Amino acid sequence: MTVLNSPSARTASRPSATAPRTNRATASKLRGRLPGIMLIVAAAVFSIVPLISMLTAALAPQGSIPQGLSWPADPQWHNFIDAWNVANITVLLQSSILIVLGVVPISLLISTMAAYAIAVLRIPLGRIFFLLLLLTLTLPYEITIVPLYQQVRELGLLDSQLGLILPLIGLNMPFAVFWMNAHFVTTPAELSEASSIDGASAWKSFLHIHLPLAKPAISSLGLLMFLSTWNTFLLALVLINDPDKRTMAGALQAFQSKYSTDIVLLNAGALLLMAPTIIVFLLLQKQFSAALLQGAVKG
Amino acid sequence: MSTHIGTKDQAARTVRVQRRPGRRTFRFRRWAGWLFALPALAFYGFFNLRAILQSVQYSFYEWNGIGASTFVGLQNYIDVFTQPELLRPLINAFYLILFFTVIPVLFGLVAAATMRTMEGRFTGALARTLLFLPQIIPGAAAAVAWSWMYSNNGVINQVLRAVGLDSLTRAWLGDFDYALSAVGFIGTWLSTGLCTLLLISGIGKIDTALYEAARLDGANAVQQFLNVTVPGLRRELGVCVTVTIISALASFDVVYLATQGGPGGTTMVPGVQVYLLAFNDARLGAACALAVVLAVLIVAIIVPLQRLFQERES
Repeated sequence: MTVLNSPSARTASRPSATAPRTNRATASKLRGRLPGIMLIVAAAVFSIVPLISMLTAALAPQGSIPQGLSWPADPQWHNFIDAWNVANITVLLQSSILIVLGVVPISLLISTMAAYAIAVLRIPLGRIFFLLLLLTLTLPYEITIVPLYQQVRELGLLDSQLGLILPLIGLNMPFAVFWMNAHFVTTPAELSEASSIDGASAWKSFLHIHLPLAKPAISSLGLLMFLSTWNTFLLALVLINDPDKRTMAGALQAFQSKYSTDIVLLNAGALLLMAPTIIVFLLLQKQFSAALLQGAVKG
Repeated sequence: MSTHIGTKDQAARTVRVQRRPGRRTFRFRRWAGWLFALPALAFYGFFNLRAILQSVQYSFYEWNGIGASTFVGLQNYIDVFTQPELLRPLINAFYLILFFTVIPVLFGLVAAATMRTMEGRFTGALARTLLFLPQIIPGAAAAVAWSWMYSNNGVINQVLRAVGLDSLTRAWLGDFDYALSAVGFIGTWLSTGLCTLLLISGIGKIDTALYEAARLDGANAVQQFLNVTVPGLRRELGVCVTVTIISALASFDVVYLATQGGPGGTTMVPGVQVYLLAFNDARLGAACALAVVLAVLIVAIIVPLQRLFQERES
C-alpha cells in the first residue's frame, strides 16, 4: 500500500484545491474528510493499476520488453487486432454466449419455480429440500469435479458445451433457490391465499401474480449468474479439453501457456478476454452494484 | 430469517384450520406443488448432490480412474494429514486468509469509520466503479494481470527501483520465500473493493443517534468505533468474512494461473492439488479425500462464524 501513497495523496488533494470559495466551514469539513477520501482514492487506484499496467504493456511494440507502467511513445493499437485473431476471440465469444444462454435462463426458471413451491406453496418436505440446498451452498466446486468428470464422460458429453451447461445448472441451484426463497418469504401470504380462493391454479398464480412481482429479484440473480457462468474456470478446464469450446475465462489458461513469453500479446489478449464482462458491467453498473452488494449479503 | 418464516407458517396454519372442508384437496394440491420443484431437484440431485456423495465414496478407494478400484478405508485421509504434499496446501490455504480476509476487512473497516464523519454521499461514481472492478473480472484474468505486475519488469519492481530499493526487486512469483504472500496479495486486490463498499454502505445505516449518545457518555473516537461501529456492522462484517474465507480456502483460478502451485510447492493450495491429483497423477481417491477435508474445514469454519455474526440480531 505504501507504493500507492504518493499518487493517492496527489489526487486526494485536488478537491480541496478546487473547493469553491475558501469558506472556513467547508475548509474544515474538507480537512475532516481528507483521510477518508485518501483511503478511498488509494483503494480505487489500487484496483485500477494492474489493468492500466496491462494496457500500457499491450500497446508496446510487439517483441519489445515493456516496462511496468510507462505509456509507449507510439501506442500500437493494432496489437489488439492481432491478439483478437491469435486468441480466437470471435469463436470464444460465441462459445461463452452459448454457455451463458444455456445456463442462465433455465437456472432462473427452475430455481424460481422451486423456491415458489417451497416458500409459497409450502410443499411437504420442502423445508428439508431447502436445508439440503443450504447445506451444500458453501461447499467448494473442488468436491464435485472428479465425479462430475466421470458422469459427463458416461453421458458422452465430454468436450462439448452441453457437458458444461448441465452440471453448471445443477451447481447453480443452491444459491439460486436460496436467493429466490429469500424473495418469496417477503411477499405477503395473502397474495397466494387470495388467488387460491379465486380458484386460480398454482401455475396461474405463479405466472400472473408471483412471477411479475419477483422480476427485480430474478434480474439481479440473472446478472450474478451471468457473471459466475462467464467467469467459470475450474469446471471448464476439467470438462472441456478444447479451449475454443470453453468460456473466455477458461480459454485464458490455454492462451497464457501458449504466449507466456510474449508479454505484449499476452496482455492484449487477456484484456480482450476480460473486456466483455467489464463492458456489460459499465453498461448495467447500477444494477450490478446493487446485485453484488445484495448478493454478498444474501450469500 | 427463521423468525420471519415462523410467523408466516403460523399464519398459514390458522388459515388452513379455518378451511377444514377442503382439507383433502388442499393436501393434494400441496403435493402437486412438487411439480414446480422437480426440475430443480433433478438437476441438483444429479449434478450436484450425487457428485458430492460420490466424492465421499471415492475418497475411501484407491483408483486411477480407469482400472479397478481398491477399498483402502481411511488411508487416503491419513495420507492427507501425513503426506507433506497434501498437508501443505491446507496450511497454505489458511495462510491465504490473512490476505483474502484479514487485510481487506481491516482496511474496509478503517475506511468506513473514517468516511462516517463525512456527510452526504461518500464516493464519486468513479471510485465506486473502480472499487467494483476486481469483483467483475474473472480470477484467472486477475492472475494474468498480477503475473505481469510481479514480473521482473513489472510495476512492483519498477516502483521499488524508483524509490531506491533495488535490492528488494525480484521475480516475486518465482521466489520461494515470497511467492505465497504475492499470490495472497492478489486475493487482497480481489476482496478489498467489495469489503470496503459493503462496510461503507453498512455504516450509513447505523443510527447517528447512537454516536450522539456515545459522545454524550464521553466515549472517544476509539471507544465509539469499538462500541457502536463494529457492533453496528456485525451483519456486513459477517458477510465479508464469510465470503472471503471461502474464496481463500477454495481458491483455484488465481493460483493455478499465477504459479500452478510453484515454485517447489510453496504456493500449492487444496484446489490446485485436487485438480493435479485427479487429472495429472490419476490419484482419484486421494484427490477426493483432500476435497472432502477441504469442504469439511470450510463448513466447520463458516457455520460458527455465521452464528457469531447473527447472534444479537433477533
